[in-house]
Amino acid sequence: MKKKVLTVDDSRTMRDMVAFTLKGAGYDVVEAGDGQQALTLIGANKVDLVITDLNMPVMDGLTLIRRLRATPAHRTLPILMLTTEADESKKAEGRSAGATGWIVKPFNPDKLISVVQKVCG
Amino acid sequence: MEDLSRFKQTYFDESAELLAVAESGLLRLTPGEVDSDEVNAIFRAVHSIKGGGGAFGFTELVAFAHEFETVMDGVRNTSIPVTTELVDTLIRANDVLGQMLAYAREEAAAPPGTTDDTVAALRRHLAGGPAEAAAPEPAPTAQPAAYPDDEDDEAGIFGDAMVAISAAREAEEGTAGAAAPVPEGKLRWTITFRPKPDLLLSGNEPTFMLRALRRLGDATIDCDLRSLPPLQALEAELLYLSWTVTLIADPDVDQEKINDVFEFVADECDIRIAVEAPVPAVAAPPAVQTSTDPVPVSAAPPPVPAAAAKPPEAAKGEPAKPRANGGGGGGGEHAGLTSHTIRVDLDKIDRLVNMVGEMVITQAMIAEHVRDLPPGEFQELLEGLEQLAQHTRELRESVMSIRAQPVSSVFSRMPRLVRECAAATGKEVQLVTSGETTEVDKTVVENLVDPLTHMIRNSIDHGLEGPEERERIGKPRAGTVHLSAQHRSGRIVIEITDDGRGINRPKVLSKAIEKGLVQPGASLSDEEIDNLIFLPGFSTADQVSNLSGRGVGMDVVRRNISSLGGRIGVYSAPGEGSRFVLSLPLTLAVLDGMVISVGEERFVLPLTNIVESLRPKAADLHGLVGKCDVMMARGEYVRLVYLHQLFGIPKAVTDPTRALVVLVETEDGARLGLVVDEVLGQQQVVIKSLEANFRRLDGVAAATILGDGRVALILDVAGLREMSRHHDSGYSRPPDPGQAALPAALPSPALEPV
Repeated sequence: MKKKVLTVDDSRTMRDMVAFTLKGAGYDVVEAGDGQQALTLIGANKVDLVITDLNMPVMDGLTLIRRLRATPAHRTLPILMLTTEADESKKAEGRSAGATGWIVKPFNPDKLISVVQKVCG
Repeated sequence: MEDLSRFKQTYFDESAELLAVAESGLLRLTPGEVDSDEVNAIFRAVHSIKGGGGAFGFTELVAFAHEFETVMDGVRNTSIPVTTELVDTLIRANDVLGQMLAYAREEAAAPPGTTDDTVAALRRHLAGGPAEAAAPEPAPTAQPAAYPDDEDDEAGIFGDAMVAISAAREAEEGTAGAAAPVPEGKLRWTITFRPKPDLLLSGNEPTFMLRALRRLGDATIDCDLRSLPPLQALEAELLYLSWTVTLIADPDVDQEKINDVFEFVADECDIRIAVEAPVPAVAAPPAVQTSTDPVPVSAAPPPVPAAAAKPPEAAKGEPAKPRANGGGGGGGEHAGLTSHTIRVDLDKIDRLVNMVGEMVITQAMIAEHVRDLPPGEFQELLEGLEQLAQHTRELRESVMSIRAQPVSSVFSRMPRLVRECAAATGKEVQLVTSGETTEVDKTVVENLVDPLTHMIRNSIDHGLEGPEERERIGKPRAGTVHLSAQHRSGRIVIEITDDGRGINRPKVLSKAIEKGLVQPGASLSDEEIDNLIFLPGFSTADQVSNLSGRGVGMDVVRRNISSLGGRIGVYSAPGEGSRFVLSLPLTLAVLDGMVISVGEERFVLPLTNIVESLRPKAADLHGLVGKCDVMMARGEYVRLVYLHQLFGIPKAVTDPTRALVVLVETEDGARLGLVVDEVLGQQQVVIKSLEANFRRLDGVAAATILGDGRVALILDVAGLREMSRHHDSGYSRPPDPGQAALPAALPSPALEPV
């Protein structure tokens, strides 16, 4: 059974690249354009991993992480932050919000795959 | 990695949208009134362009976007006040970003200094803001390395690392493998992993980490259950276990690889790592020992910057490949980013082209059916159909123009080729191009690359003289190759002209005789000799050079061109140079043709070939003994070609004075008179490849379906000329009682245009 990854990013390019890379590595990928869409999708899909951008319209990534962690079903769901804002404060915020880890854009596909494998097997 | 290149088109399209978003946002930005949603949207647009640009290695673009983004960030957190001047600068910055995208799309470097002024202006705003605005981010230079916060730790570890390396004898207590000697050539790692109880709540899973360690070598994993509470006290989401892993691994497994396993959990766990080499090893100390002070792991692993540096590197390798996207979508126009474009799958366009083709047929069919209706009675119907015909034609042209692309995408590859060829041959070559914006069907453009490449190589290798020789004969040292494109009578004509030595006719002829392509003693015109180079297997180079002699001769070039419905000719002047002329149809789908009949058969003649049609008088016709018939038309003799003979059609009109002669012209200007029964009318026809459905036939370019559903062959005039030459060599005019002997030449202007 393929693991399912939800990629959340307002950039179509980024979603496409994440989806392409992960599909190539044998994952199913669902896409959302912002945090709100992600919450809707995650309700309808059994997702094994969320990869989310931080700065997005409607609902940003940190809010999404907090909302997910507040849901019992998603307390231990792996969530990776995918962002170019890799400064310490973002990392700390992400961590306290409950992120599992992060990947910095621009990412290298191999790195993405290895990080994804690391957190969702 | 090169797989990501397929997203470039998406990136450019999306970036164009984002630029528009940013621009309209910037235009609404009012000094003193900051709408944070608006500012955020602008920031996000610039940010996304930067992020994607980084993925494709557009370093200059990213550097500039970073400057832009930094100021937008200042606006967002209100440390930079919104002034009219700021808005002006930001709008300019948005324009420059658009330019940078255009350069990136063209895979070209931006001219030096493109961004300088704008960067300076942006930085002035950064510096001019309140003190705290300037502080957070030192204005970076235009170097990607200038914003390490974005790239130095591509994937890191939360907070301070608590990974410590120690001799950690205590860690080995009770581990099974500890006592055994370390195998030769291996290292033994002892890893103690004591996670904090809430590890699972960050979504991390220790099982995966243990599995990852196991993949690094031969692992023995001991689980420490001592902290496990009684069942009733156990909380399912907390972690009570810890592990000691003994890993026998190859020497290439280093500390980084092990640290990497615990990348995201280092601060939520107590991790101790120790290493032992085999005892006999003298060079290496038995255990690596470092301070137990927290080692910031983000500083330790070199693969991180290395990985971050990878995308640009890999992206740089791409431009050499055919530009599937850039060439396909953009058409090589810098304006592509600002124009309003949509991406459409080529299949959809082709379906549209096909449908329009079928519509053209249907329209022709209706036109055929109503032709005999009395005009008075059906006035409105006929007028409506007239309009339909016109709209169909316009529709066809619009659809065809969707597929049209400028030849610049092919021409732009040639400078590099010329440089390489010049270097390989030691010649000095100057390439001049003109008419790059000439548009032609995408398929034609794509299939031009190989022939043009070969012909330009050929011109440089065989045509141009070396610099010393050129100087000796009074030519400039550098030879010139001129590549041009233009539309001419519904076709695209591409010329490759060089000012070299021209075709060495005696050499070509002797070579052709030697190869048995020409009978010794045959007398050939200069033009015929020049065209021998297109014969299969012909090569004049004394020795096959690296450049032209790749087993591909001019015959292959000719075959490629003719498979596109094109023709090639060569014109050469000894000592002055050669000119290769390619003539290609603008589209491969539809053709304006004249339907003619011969006996029961229908043929279509491309309109572009037709000069006029006449019914000659007997006095205009002349027989050449043992050869063909000629006709005097407009003061020159034109060879007559009897289609019924070439194609063996019975019941055709054989007497030219009772039939019609369609005067046609080939691309190289040669004229023929085709003897046909009747000219039925002009019609747009949809080209159906004969090769794809049947096989190639001499004198036939393709087939089509006529309005009445009959299949008709589309004639290839140049091919007919070739055929008639061969036919005429063993030719004698068919005996015709009423036309036994043609009178000798008489001055006869009495031609009747039909």
